[in-house]
Amino acid sequence: MRAETLLNACVLLALAAVPLWAWVADEPFTITLATRLAILALAGVGLNLALGLGGLVSLGHAVFFGIGGYAMGVLASHAQSYTPLTDWPVLIEGTKSMPVIWLVAMGASGLAALAIGALSLRTSGVYFIMITLAFGQMFYYFAISWPAYGGEDGLSIYVRNGFPGLNTLDPIQFFALCYAILALALWAMARLMRSAFGLALVAARQNAARVEAVGIAPYRLRLVAFVLSGMITGLAGALFADLNRFVSPVMFSWQTSGEIIVFVILGGVARLYGPVVGAAVFVLLEHFLGGLSEFWHIWLGAVLLGVVLFARGGIIGLVVGREVRRD
Amino acid sequence: MSLILFIEQMLNGLQFGVMLFLMAAGLTLIFGVMGLINLAHGSLYMIGAFAAAWVAGLTGSFVLALIAALAAAAAAGALVEVVVIRRLYARDHLDQVLATFALILMFSEGTRWVFGSFPLFLEIPPYLSGPVRLPGGIQYPLYRLAIIVAGLIVAAGLFALIARTRIGIQIRAGEADREMIGALGVNIAALYTVVFALGAALAGLAGALIGAIQSVQVGMGEPVLILAFVVIVIGGIGSIKGALVGALLVGLTDTMGRFLLPVAFAQVMAPAAATAVGSALASMAIYILMALVLIFRPRGLYGVA
Amino acid sequence: MTEVLLDIRGITKRFGAVTACEEVSLTLRRGEIHALIGPNGAGKSTLIGQIAGSLRPDAGSVWFDGHDVTALDTAARARAGLARTFQISSLAMEMTVLQNAVLGALGARGRVMRFFRDVMRDSALRAVAREALDRVGLWDVAAHRVGDLSHGQRRQLEVAVALTQAPKAFLMDEPMAGLGAEGSARMTRFLDGLRQHAPILLVEHDMDAVFALADRVSVLVYGRVIATGAPDAIRRDARVREAYLGDEALP
Repeated sequence: MRAETLLNACVLLALAAVPLWAWVADEPFTITLATRLAILALAGVGLNLALGLGGLVSLGHAVFFGIGGYAMGVLASHAQSYTPLTDWPVLIEGTKSMPVIWLVAMGASGLAALAIGALSLRTSGVYFIMITLAFGQMFYYFAISWPAYGGEDGLSIYVRNGFPGLNTLDPIQFFALCYAILALALWAMARLMRSAFGLALVAARQNAARVEAVGIAPYRLRLVAFVLSGMITGLAGALFADLNRFVSPVMFSWQTSGEIIVFVILGGVARLYGPVVGAAVFVLLEHFLGGLSEFWHIWLGAVLLGVVLFARGGIIGLVVGREVRRD
Repeated sequence: MSLILFIEQMLNGLQFGVMLFLMAAGLTLIFGVMGLINLAHGSLYMIGAFAAAWVAGLTGSFVLALIAALAAAAAAGALVEVVVIRRLYARDHLDQVLATFALILMFSEGTRWVFGSFPLFLEIPPYLSGPVRLPGGIQYPLYRLAIIVAGLIVAAGLFALIARTRIGIQIRAGEADREMIGALGVNIAALYTVVFALGAALAGLAGALIGAIQSVQVGMGEPVLILAFVVIVIGGIGSIKGALVGALLVGLTDTMGRFLLPVAFAQVMAPAAATAVGSALASMAIYILMALVLIFRPRGLYGVA
Repeated sequence: MTEVLLDIRGITKRFGAVTACEEVSLTLRRGEIHALIGPNGAGKSTLIGQIAGSLRPDAGSVWFDGHDVTALDTAARARAGLARTFQISSLAMEMTVLQNAVLGALGARGRVMRFFRDVMRDSALRAVAREALDRVGLWDVAAHRVGDLSHGQRRQLEVAVALTQAPKAFLMDEPMAGLGAEGSARMTRFLDGLRQHAPILLVEHDMDAVFALADRVSVLVYGRVIATGAPDAIRRDARVREAYLGDEALP
């Protein structure tokens, strides 16, 4: 078995084993930590599709994370106050059902990604980075200045939303749900990487002129990748909001965008499990360094700088070597 | 809505635009010459503000505070360039984004460590405080007027520097052809450090000047940084002229949007709702402006096609 | 079915005050190799860009297979059946030789918007890729990374990818560039056989290859076509000799 596949399997197993142990040992906080990890990893899997495969350095993925979060917040707050979102032209009620919330989250973030992508993919390179960052900030300010849903203070949900057949208030059951979604997303990504779309997308990153010359328009590839990427990150945002039972404009902030990129890079860009390893490192650093020092971001910064300057394959690259598989 | 209020808001927009120019000019210069995207430029702005507030607190002198801001930001810029940034020129934009994001984390938390989480305050000196009477009977804060004047002087100085001086020639040569200036015998490493420190000093100056009308706190730099990015996207990367035009456009659009949109919506809806909708839309105005520029001029107003 | 497959009608391109291409008209007929030669700076790259679709002419039009394709972009022209090879090998360097060939086949006849099925196991695409690689003699290195290939092999792969597109016409930008004498001779033989499948508009500096292959030659100087004709006629043309004097001697 190849080293990276083995490592991936270990990561996936460990991510299941630790919360199961915590469940047996009755340590709900550890389960919550693992749930947070799984959700952040999912956000990273989304970005990895655009960034790792497509080479699109989006510094605005907080937009989709935030839209997913607010999809949950808005729907659930209307449901808990028994007020409809709107009664014209058709009556739209809030909901406490996770599957419905997820669909709305993915739909809304996909639409936002379509609009932002259509504009920002007209450019490339630094322009793309700056524009995605700017649109992220636009949503951030909009969320702050729109008073209907809490403005700067955000929205709280009293009871976690429901999923048919599960008690989502039980930490281990909610973890299992998030874990399953992450595993599903990873499986879909693995398929996508080997698909016709994946081949063309990666080729367009390596040589856009070649892809055009064989009759495939890179713009369309990238736009589709950007939309799919935004949808996955949006789903992660809805789960994240449900984990905290709280949404606020912070989900839209540039720091959030930066952190999602950090997951992808810490683990190893364009690697299937890069975001999982990266999110794990991030959550663990946050937990342990955060326990040691109030100023743990300094050390996070130092680690990140070290990885960028000296370990460009990320952590998976350090473990299994730089070469990314290409068969 | 009176004409006086309108002119006052225009001046506010101008002042905002001038400040954005100081940020954007450094960014666009650094990108133009070195091809580097520097997210940590906002940290240099913050460093300037903190240095100014600290020195003003010690000495009570606003002039010394400004000098300290320039010196601290330039020194921090030069140090960062030599230690970190230099290794990034040959890297792709992603590495530059990540490394400079790491720098933001380190600068922000480091500053919080040294100065604590509470904001500092920088007093406007007595000789610049109070209103001034402009032609037409407009009362306008002297300090804000001073910022506009100072910013325009710096802008003029920057244009002169680039058009007239030896280092300006080297900068322009560097923008045109990076290999060429090496062949001409220019010390590229030193030139890059100087350009980076110059950009940093401009950001530090902006931070110090704004520090006197807003609070000086950790995280103050990044919102301005992102606005400076919007300015650069609108103006075109690498163009100082584009940075000036873009900065004034963004400054005026933002200020006038916040001022006029709620008033405009009040014509058609209830005052409370008009304020809410108007201010929410106003917060998006500059990004909509950016989107429009992208649709019609993807390389910016003064960008090279 | 018309005789003329590619018809360039009076295209003009200016960059500021510089006219890179002025009223250029060219045709490519079925079954022929039409060589385009000209000294450096004659505007060949600009002309190729306009034919391939990466540059839009300021005036004039490009017709391909009976349709006006002037408004189409590069990808659309490729799908219409115009396959292009680049002067500097333009391939996905981190991918394998086979992946590059499959990409070509995918662009021409596959469905790109497929997200789940393993594209490398698509037997139809693989068969096309294999045939093309076989023809240029690269099947043995199909699993190699393109970045590890020799320069000559990359030139061959460049042509192989064009073959996977099963094009109606080839637009080849200096396929001999950087090949040694032996490599050029082999490529010349290969292109000679290719013209039965599809005509080639060949931009080339290697005059031996041009005069060995071309049915017709056009000479571009300062953005204008100064002569078009059979190789022998071009060789004798006084204006051509003048244009090339001191640049390159015609064989």
